Amino acid sequence: MHNDFEQIFQDKVDKEIKIEPKDWMPEKYRQTLIRQISQHAHSEIIGMLPEGNWITRAPSLRRKAILLAKVQDEAGHGLYLYSAAETLGITREEMYEQLHSGKAKYSSIFNYPTLTWADMGAIGWLVDGAAIMNQVPLCRTSYGPYARAMVRVCKEESFHQRQGFEILLTLSKGNEAQRRMCQDAINRWWWPSIMMFGPTDDASPNTIQSMRWKIKRFTNDELRQKFVDVCAEQVQFLGMVLPDPDLKWNKERNHYDFGAINWEEFRNVVSGNGPCNKERVSARKKAWEEGAWVRDAANAYAKKKAARNLSNNKNTEAA
Amino acid sequence: MDTALINYTLHLADNALILGHRNSEWCGHGPILEQDIAVSNIALDYIGQARNFYQYAATLINQLPADRQHQLLSFDAAEVTEDTLAYLRDVPAFKNLLITELPNGDWAQTTLRLFLFSTWQYYCYQQLQYSQDTQLAAIAAKALKEVTYHVKWSGEWVIRLGDGTEESKRRLLLAIEELADFTGEFFAMSEYEKALLPANIAVNLDSVKTAWTNKVTGVLEEATVALPPGKWFQSGGKQGIHTEHLGYILAEMQFLQRAYPNATW
Amino acid sequence: MVHMKSMITKYYYGDLSEGGAGDHSIHQHTTGKESSEWPLWEIFIRSKQGLDHKHVGSLHATDAAMAIENARDVYTRRMEGVSIWAVESRHIHASNPDDAQALYDPANDKVYRHPTFYDLPDELEYM
Repeated sequence: MHNDFEQIFQDKVDKEIKIEPKDWMPEKYRQTLIRQISQHAHSEIIGMLPEGNWITRAPSLRRKAILLAKVQDEAGHGLYLYSAAETLGITREEMYEQLHSGKAKYSSIFNYPTLTWADMGAIGWLVDGAAIMNQVPLCRTSYGPYARAMVRVCKEESFHQRQGFEILLTLSKGNEAQRRMCQDAINRWWWPSIMMFGPTDDASPNTIQSMRWKIKRFTNDELRQKFVDVCAEQVQFLGMVLPDPDLKWNKERNHYDFGAINWEEFRNVVSGNGPCNKERVSARKKAWEEGAWVRDAANAYAKKKAARNLSNNKNTEAA
Repeated sequence: MDTALINYTLHLADNALILGHRNSEWCGHGPILEQDIAVSNIALDYIGQARNFYQYAATLINQLPADRQHQLLSFDAAEVTEDTLAYLRDVPAFKNLLITELPNGDWAQTTLRLFLFSTWQYYCYQQLQYSQDTQLAAIAAKALKEVTYHVKWSGEWVIRLGDGTEESKRRLLLAIEELADFTGEFFAMSEYEKALLPANIAVNLDSVKTAWTNKVTGVLEEATVALPPGKWFQSGGKQGIHTEHLGYILAEMQFLQRAYPNATW
Repeated sequence: MVHMKSMITKYYYGDLSEGGAGDHSIHQHTTGKESSEWPLWEIFIRSKQGLDHKHVGSLHATDAAMAIENARDVYTRRMEGVSIWAVESRHIHASNPDDAQALYDPANDKVYRHPTFYDLPDELEYM
C-alpha cells in the first residue's frame, strides 16, 4: 500500500500537480522540505542583521528609508517561509530552537561582516542576485505552500537587487574614496556570493532525489554558472572588476570560465567558523530570550480577556 | 519671510526623524518576528513624514537670502536639501521633543513612548490638517491615517503589558517612571509656535492637551496603571537644548556625510 | 484526544485527525510544560472590491486585533483598501484529500460541465 501512495505521489509531482499540506507524502520528502524551507527562512532572518547594521548610518534619508524597507521585507520573507514550513508539522518555536542551538543551518553568506556602506550595494547586487537566481525556479517547486511563498518573495526581491546595484552605480560615479569603497566591497562579497549556490554537483548527493521530487529545479553548478555569466556583464556597467583573474569568456562553452572556489573557506564558514557566525546567532538568541516576557504578557492578556468575555456572556445570558 | 515657519517645520521634521531613527534600531531584534515587522513599519512611516517636512523646509530656506540662510543653518549650502537638514545640522539646531531622543529601552518603554507621542501627534495633526499653510496641512492630512494606526497599535500594547503578567506590569511602571517627566514638553509652546498662531498656521497645544490627557488616561487605566501627577517637566528640545542622547544619535547617523563631505550617495 | 490539546504544541489546519495508516498529517508532540507559543492564524486577503478573499499564509498572534494588524503589516505592505480576514488555524476544518474522490464528481463522468465539450463555430467571439 505504501508503494501505491508513493506512486500516486510521484505521478502528481511528474505532472506538475502541487502537493498540498494534508496530502500523503514520503516522510523523507516532508523532512527534506522542512529542512530546506526552515533554513531558507532562517537565512532571511539572519540576513536582516548584516544589513540592519547600516540603517542608523545610511547616508541619506532616501537610502535610509529604502534600506529599512528592504530589511523589513526580509523579515516578511522569513515569515512567509516559516509559515510554509509550519504547514508540514513543525512549530516556529522548534525551528528557532534549531537555529539557536546551531542544529539548523542558514545561508553562509550572512556570516560575513558589513564593513562599509558599499557593502549594502554589494549585498543587494550580488547576494540578492544569487538569491533571485535560486528562488525563481522555486516558484515552480512541487510543494504548494513553498511555491506560493516563493512567488510572493520573488515579486518583492527584484527591488532589492535594483537598489543594491543603484547604490554601487552611485558610488562608481562618485569621488575617489567612494570608487575605492565600491571595488573593495565587490572584492569581499564576490566569492562568498558564488559559494551561496552550494557545493559542486558531484559533491551534492541529495541533488538527484531533490530534483526527482521537484524540490530543486536546477543543479548548483547550473545556477552558479548562470549567475557568473550575468554578473560578469553587469560589473562592466560599474566600471569595476570581479576579483577573479581567471574570469574569461569561453566561446566554445558559450559561458564565462571562472576561477577555483576556496571550498575550505566555505566549509569553515558553514560549520561555524565564519567571521560573524557567533554574533549572528547570538543576536537572534538574545532577541528571542529577551522577548520572552513580552510574548508571555501578550498570551496572559489574551487569556484574561477571553475569560472576561466568557463570564460577561454568562452574565448577560443569566440576566 | 520670517523664520518662525521654518523653525516650526523643522521641529515637526526633527520629531519624526529622531523617533523614526530610534524605532528603526529594533529592526532584527524584536521580541517576535511579526512585531519586528510592525515596529519597522512604524519607523518607516516616521521617516516618510520627516522627509515631507524636510523637503518643505528646504524649499523655504532656499528662498532666503544667503546671509539669513547662513544665520539659520550656521553654515553655507549652495542648495539646501532634505539631507542638508538631516545630516549637516548639529545638536543645537535640532528642534525635536526630548522624548523622541531617549533610548528605546525595552519593549514596554518603546511601546509606551510610541503611544504617548503618537497620541500627541494624532491630535496635533488633526488640527494641523486645517492649517492656513497648505503644505503643512497636506502633510498632516496624509500622515493622519498612519498615525491613527500608530495610536491603535501602541495603545493595545500598553494595555497588554499593563494587564499581562506581573513582570510586564513591573516593566511598564518603570517605563512610566522614565518617560513621565518628558510629557510636559508636548504642551510647551515655543516662541516660533506662538508667532504662528495669529495666522492660524501652527497648532495651539493648549487645545491638544485635554484630548491627549483623556485618551492617555483612558488607555493607561485599562492597562491598570497611571501617569504620576506632574510637577516639573523636562524641556528645551524645541529650543535646541537637548539631552546627552542626541549627540550620539547624530554622531552615528551623520557619520558618512561628515566623513566624506559633498559626496553623493 | 481532545483534552490533550494543551499538550500538543502544534496542530494545523483544523481537525486533529483520528490517525490511521499512512497518516502523516499531524505532528503530535507532548511537552512537559504548556507551550508559550502564540496561536497560529490563517490570513485571507481581498485585494480589491469584487474579488474573493484569498489565503495568503499564516502568522502568530495572541488575539484577533493583533492578527489583523500583523496581517496588514506583513501581507498588505504594498496595498491599500484591502479586506483582511484572520482565523485561528485550529478553527479551520479541512476536507481530507483522501476523500476527494467521494466528495467531488470525478471530472470524466460529467464532461458536459466543461466548456471544451461544446463544439461551436470559430467565428463566435467572447465564448
